Amino acid sequence: MSANKEIKKTEARSSLAKMFGGSAFQSLLIPTLAVFIGLVIGGLVIAATDAGVAEAFKNFSSDPGAAFKSIWTAIATAYGALFYGSLGSPREIIAGFKALQATGDNDAFLKAIYPLTESLVTATPYIFAGLAVAIGFRCGLFNIGAEGQFFMGALGAAYVGYSLKGLPWFVHLPLAILGGGLAGAIWGAVPGYLKAKFGAHEVVNTIMMNWIAFRLSDWLLTGPMMTAGFRPVTPNIQKTAELPRFFEDPLRFNWGFVLALVVAWLVYWFLFKTTLGFEIRSVGANPDGSKYAGMSVVRNFVLVMVLSGALAGLAGSAQVLGVDHWVGQGFSAGYGFDAIALALLGKSHPLGVVLSAILFGILRSGATRMQSLAGIPIDIISIIQGLVIIFVAAPAIIRWLFRIRISTGDETVLTRGWGK
Amino acid sequence: MAVQSTSQHTAQRNRLTVGGILIVFGLLIFLLFTPGTEAGQVAKFGMNLKSSAALPIPDITLPVQASIYALSILVVFLGAFQMARGIRSAGALFGIVAFAFVAAFLIWATKGKSLSLIGMLSSSLVRATPIALAALCGVISERAAVVNIGIEGIMLISAQASVVAATMSGSMTLGLIVGVLVGALVAAFHAFLVIRFKVDQIVSGVAINIFATGATSFLSSKYLQHQGDLLNNSGTYPIIQIPLLSKIPVLGPILFENNLVVYLMLLIVIVMHIVLYYTPWGLRTRAVGEHPKAADTLGINVFFVRYVNVIVGGMIAGLGGVYFTLGSVGRFDEVMTAGKGFIGLAAMIFGNWNPIGAFTSSLIFGFADSLQIKMQILSVPIPSSILAMAPYIVTMIVLTGVVGRAIPPAADGVAYEKQ
Repeated sequence: MSANKEIKKTEARSSLAKMFGGSAFQSLLIPTLAVFIGLVIGGLVIAATDAGVAEAFKNFSSDPGAAFKSIWTAIATAYGALFYGSLGSPREIIAGFKALQATGDNDAFLKAIYPLTESLVTATPYIFAGLAVAIGFRCGLFNIGAEGQFFMGALGAAYVGYSLKGLPWFVHLPLAILGGGLAGAIWGAVPGYLKAKFGAHEVVNTIMMNWIAFRLSDWLLTGPMMTAGFRPVTPNIQKTAELPRFFEDPLRFNWGFVLALVVAWLVYWFLFKTTLGFEIRSVGANPDGSKYAGMSVVRNFVLVMVLSGALAGLAGSAQVLGVDHWVGQGFSAGYGFDAIALALLGKSHPLGVVLSAILFGILRSGATRMQSLAGIPIDIISIIQGLVIIFVAAPAIIRWLFRIRISTGDETVLTRGWGK
Repeated sequence: MAVQSTSQHTAQRNRLTVGGILIVFGLLIFLLFTPGTEAGQVAKFGMNLKSSAALPIPDITLPVQASIYALSILVVFLGAFQMARGIRSAGALFGIVAFAFVAAFLIWATKGKSLSLIGMLSSSLVRATPIALAALCGVISERAAVVNIGIEGIMLISAQASVVAATMSGSMTLGLIVGVLVGALVAAFHAFLVIRFKVDQIVSGVAINIFATGATSFLSSKYLQHQGDLLNNSGTYPIIQIPLLSKIPVLGPILFENNLVVYLMLLIVIVMHIVLYYTPWGLRTRAVGEHPKAADTLGINVFFVRYVNVIVGGMIAGLGGVYFTLGSVGRFDEVMTAGKGFIGLAAMIFGNWNPIGAFTSSLIFGFADSLQIKMQILSVPIPSSILAMAPYIVTMIVLTGVVGRAIPPAADGVAYEKQ
């Protein structure tokens, strides 16, 4: 027994070391370079589709300098808008803070930190959804269904949020949060059970559950859960179910972000400090060996899919209760695939997931600004994400590209073939 | 001895459970579909399309109540027989029950109205086409042990590329060629990642899907939406009636009155079956998929076989993409593939990784798809979004393997390490 504990400790320590310890530089190198190349290629796409660049290249032979300058202008305008829209400007923030100290008027300060807080607001559901996919990866399960689970979680939280009335907030809010988690857990449990019982591959099944969730929500939002009027949305949730916000109105930054960090820590503790977490990682690393050691592979599959679904459902809770306060059609579009990208980028480690989620929050929330300022469709972010996944999953390309010789240590097998 | 009696015991219990489920299904048919029907009501099923009047055959008219009673009794009887004696072929059993259930549902939905059965079967084949092409792409690459989950993304990119090429050049043939070549290109990239760099095959596929969704939506909102007439308005392939064959009753209008993509799909099914099972290349492909090391020892170039098969698969998926635009609506919409690539993968698994099986199971999904459309037209008292879940639920049921477990190629999804 004590020997077992000892092994667990060393195991946890060594994996931590891999993540942050002696080789912190190395384990951060690949994701950082992957994001960098993703942004570079994204920039080339922006330049290639820019009208100004096309114009300048018509006179390439007479004025090559202007042509290259136009490329730089296009990329700088786009990424400038992106980062101004997601981080704000340090100068404005400092000026705002000084004004706050001098006069006690916080208008300028709040305006200056608005972009930054919006990025964190965007990052909040990403943290939950990324953890959902990451916990699946740790057990060798690929949950592509975070999108559907997210949607169902949002609907569950919204339902608890608007249908229960007259409760004090300290009862209503937890109930609404759990309502979302429960709905997501149910949506994750179905593919988990089918995988455990029949060996049906979770990749296809979670995607089917996504489509079923979209159709179900179409029906719910135009029927049973529709608010009075003609718009296919749910009613607003009660005040008592809202996650409190830190600042006044245009700033939507709320306790959901803190909740996400707490849950990330809980997931870390669960995966690396408990016997159950050890079993999950062990099943992920080697199902046959784990079975031989007396662990129930099937039980772990179901457990992980339930947890994964619950985490994705909590993403829905946080978004509805903290930000939107109602749910409409297409609510969860894109979140599932984004969650996969950031789980891979964060190497399925809770801290890595939190960091990548904040990065994605910055990209996504800045992209909205970029779309309005520089006229670049927000979908450019998906292109960059696809590239980042490829580079993170193929460190060999990065190594080949930058001529670096490092070993990333654990290149874990993420998924398995059909029905195994 | 003890072991034997235990296994006998389990077998008997299974028999009783399955029989019980069947009886429940039989009762369900009765309970779901008889309320609201009236004595003397009939359901009319059209057996002709307007165009093929050469050999008209009479439409089928069924008394609603009597037919549903009969189907319900048939299923209950099968269940009882299963409990008492046991029926060997589980597949046939479930086939009959599924047929009875769907037939009862159709008769109930058509009560007092008429439904063109031929029209529905014909649209099943059309709707099965992209699913079948996705499934065939899956078959050819997975037989060489490369899992391609990026089929959805390949179809999306090809769909967009083909419609733009066809609109700009004014040539539908060029659209087809571009769509197929773009499919090959994306698949080649996937093959390069998983064979050369040994990237996890599913991760690479997912990355392709994300990239494809992003890239097509990006180009769509940047260009196609503003210049729709110049870039995104190609028209569709005409329906080609094959002389003589299209005049065959029932089969003629279903099989021989379609557009180019459907015919190509049917052709690919046959050709792939022959190639896989009757040519040296097919034998090599299967060897590489089952035991790459043995194949390598015998002098087969494992990597080459895998590259070729994945790229050919990409061309087939590219054709699937062409179906969505040139073969169907003549215009690209964002995310228009709507999960068909993944349904295709389910069809491939259900079809046991062989072309004809993949095609037949695609037909089931196509049928489920066309069923829900027809039901909306018949204004069945079920919300249309609930009916639209049918193909997805069917996929999940199929994947449970209740209807016979499929066995993937032994080396499927595993990168080959040359020694």
